[in-house]
Amino acid sequence: MIKALLARIQQKHRTIGFPKTEPQLPDRFCGKPEINQTNCSRDCKLCVEICPVAALKKENKILSIDLGKCLFCSQCANTCPESAIKFTRDYRLSTRTRENLILSKDEMNLAAALDKKTKSLFGRSLKLRQVSAGGCNACEADTNVLGTVGFDLGRFGIQFVASPRHADGLLITGPVTENMKLALQKTYEAVSNPKIVIAVGACAISGGIYENHFEVNNGAEKIVPINLYIPGCPPHPLTILDGLLRLLGKIENK
Amino acid sequence: MENSNSISFYNCHAIDIKQIPVVNINKFRNTVIEDVASRKRIVSFFAVPSDSSSFYLYAILADDKSGKLSALSSEVYDKYPSLTPDCAQAHLFEREIAEQWAIVPEGHPWLKPVRFHKSYIDSRDAWNRNKNEQIKPSVMDFFQVEGEQIHEVAVGPVHAGIIEPGHFRFQCHGENVLNLEISLGFQHRGIERTLLKGLDKKTLYYMQTIAGDTTIGHTTAYCHLIESLSNNQVSPEAQSLRGIALELERLANHTGDLGALAGDIGYLPTSSFCGRIRGDFLNLTALLCGNRFGRGLVSPGGVNYDINAKTADLLAKKLIELKKDVEVAVKLLWNTSSVLARFEDTGIVSPEICRELGLVGVPARACGEEIDCRFNFPAGIFRYAQIPVSSWHKGDVFARAYVRWLEIQKSISFILDQIKAYPQVLITKDKKQPAPDKLCVSLIEGWRGEICHVGITDKNGSLSHYKITDPSFHNWLGLSMAMRNQQISDFPLCNKSFNLSYCGHDL
Repeated sequence: MIKALLARIQQKHRTIGFPKTEPQLPDRFCGKPEINQTNCSRDCKLCVEICPVAALKKENKILSIDLGKCLFCSQCANTCPESAIKFTRDYRLSTRTRENLILSKDEMNLAAALDKKTKSLFGRSLKLRQVSAGGCNACEADTNVLGTVGFDLGRFGIQFVASPRHADGLLITGPVTENMKLALQKTYEAVSNPKIVIAVGACAISGGIYENHFEVNNGAEKIVPINLYIPGCPPHPLTILDGLLRLLGKIENK
Repeated sequence: MENSNSISFYNCHAIDIKQIPVVNINKFRNTVIEDVASRKRIVSFFAVPSDSSSFYLYAILADDKSGKLSALSSEVYDKYPSLTPDCAQAHLFEREIAEQWAIVPEGHPWLKPVRFHKSYIDSRDAWNRNKNEQIKPSVMDFFQVEGEQIHEVAVGPVHAGIIEPGHFRFQCHGENVLNLEISLGFQHRGIERTLLKGLDKKTLYYMQTIAGDTTIGHTTAYCHLIESLSNNQVSPEAQSLRGIALELERLANHTGDLGALAGDIGYLPTSSFCGRIRGDFLNLTALLCGNRFGRGLVSPGGVNYDINAKTADLLAKKLIELKKDVEVAVKLLWNTSSVLARFEDTGIVSPEICRELGLVGVPARACGEEIDCRFNFPAGIFRYAQIPVSSWHKGDVFARAYVRWLEIQKSISFILDQIKAYPQVLITKDKKQPAPDKLCVSLIEGWRGEICHVGITDKNGSLSHYKITDPSFHNWLGLSMAMRNQQISDFPLCNKSFNLSYCGHDL
């Protein structure tokens, strides 16, 4: 027993101050991309061609990037001769609609809070059921890590539960394989109304790298309605946490 | 032992495809069975369609003692006599071949689908299912026990936690499990089928997501393969950085597993400490490349990120801090009798079963098997810097936990040595065209165990066939065997002690 107590003292208090204090992110972290449309030369399509998931589009001389597909691999930024694309270290990426994930300017409509009535139900206690539907286990791992002492998800009243019957909503990862489609539908139906659905990662939003494989359904949207999109491959735990807290109205600033 | 029915070669050495003996199926069968009986292991076994309506079966065997691989081939049509009745290691490979190419291994004792998808051959199916029939996952005949007081427990695909999907069917007598059958395929997203179309700009990203927690392992195996096929020499500095990243991946996952094992038995101090320390190991990978899982760090020809002396110093400094933290957290396990009481003698796998099934990685080393690709089949930096093999002899949950702890210590010293030897790493990514008509096998010891990638090039030097074997593919049956005559309540603990990949198996 004394050893466990000594160990506890040695390990110290480790919970981050977020959202009250700004979190620390690695120097090389790839967050929200910024597009400088004036630098982007008219005929060049190098970035569009190199993108492994067709996240970039150039229409009417405007370059746009779909964060719902983006793997944040930064190949487009590295290949651009004009430095028109830059990945910043901004980890705040979640939105309430699919359209808001398509960026062509610097400003982004980050996720707004739930409506008043739903927020009054879930704002102080949100129980989620996680459904892994064809993911590579990276989104799952970075969701799981929110439960550790480092992030301490419980302090925000959010908890992952073992049964859809105990849950207020689903958190879905993976492109929704054919083999998981029915299980996802059944899990969704088993959650009582009102309920919310959160799609985490490029796969769950658009199919990601597996888009258009006939083994997958290109994300959860065609099967269940989505209330919150958290992009990334995988999203950083802080991106997920930021999204969840915005949905509950616990973070509102830009 | 040289055998004229097969060709022997080394890991990451491309050989001419024509050099691989094509023998008749009986000889093929006998050679594989005899080789496995004399302590070789099947590392890969797959079918490649020929120009006509036939297929070539390829078996790749590993001789851990000599560090050599051997390959042999046989031409078959829609069926052949199954190897499984005489060689259990072949069982899942044969099911996979049947599912993918509709080639029936006749006499296979439990020929069931592996991933529940349609055959790659439009007109044929190993189970004669109608072309338009929907294939439902895990709908198959499960092994069943009958008798008084026998009951069946079905779990999954959706589990009670943040875990990947899979279906588990227990045959129980009271609390005791007589048999556990595991049926997967829910994560099947068509990686191998897509790779058959050849390599493109998406390939590297498939490699990174075969198993997201093994990004460095699978990506490095792929890069070694491509580099060997194109005879591309990678700088020692880049090889060192890949090695550092591979060991960081091992550290993060082993630490996480020890924490999760503690959590499963309700020992919360280690559970909570290790949960945090795991994240800090992932953050060290992010220090190198910005991503916690090492996405984008490794690519054919070298590495995409440079390391300067300042980053190297920071990495070493943080690692030394974490070394102390992880030591304090993990040693609590070995000093707490309530932990040992739950770990010891739970979920035993005997060395005989381990060899018969061809288990790899931590579960094999926990049975006393001294197999570790970093030592037996070294590639990359491990040709110059050796890591001693960590093993334990009991084959129980304790052994699987303790092997992880031994490996954590060795990985930390390895990384600190490498930082000292190569404090500066430059970006290198020269690409070369693979040579035509070659076969290459790339083995690497991921944190779960042996990762095997096999690539075959056609006459133009394009990849015409690609085969991936995640360590979990070998090891899932090991978990089933560990559960025999255990209490069903010990399943979470046994499962965590293997911590196998669903997506790596399902591909």
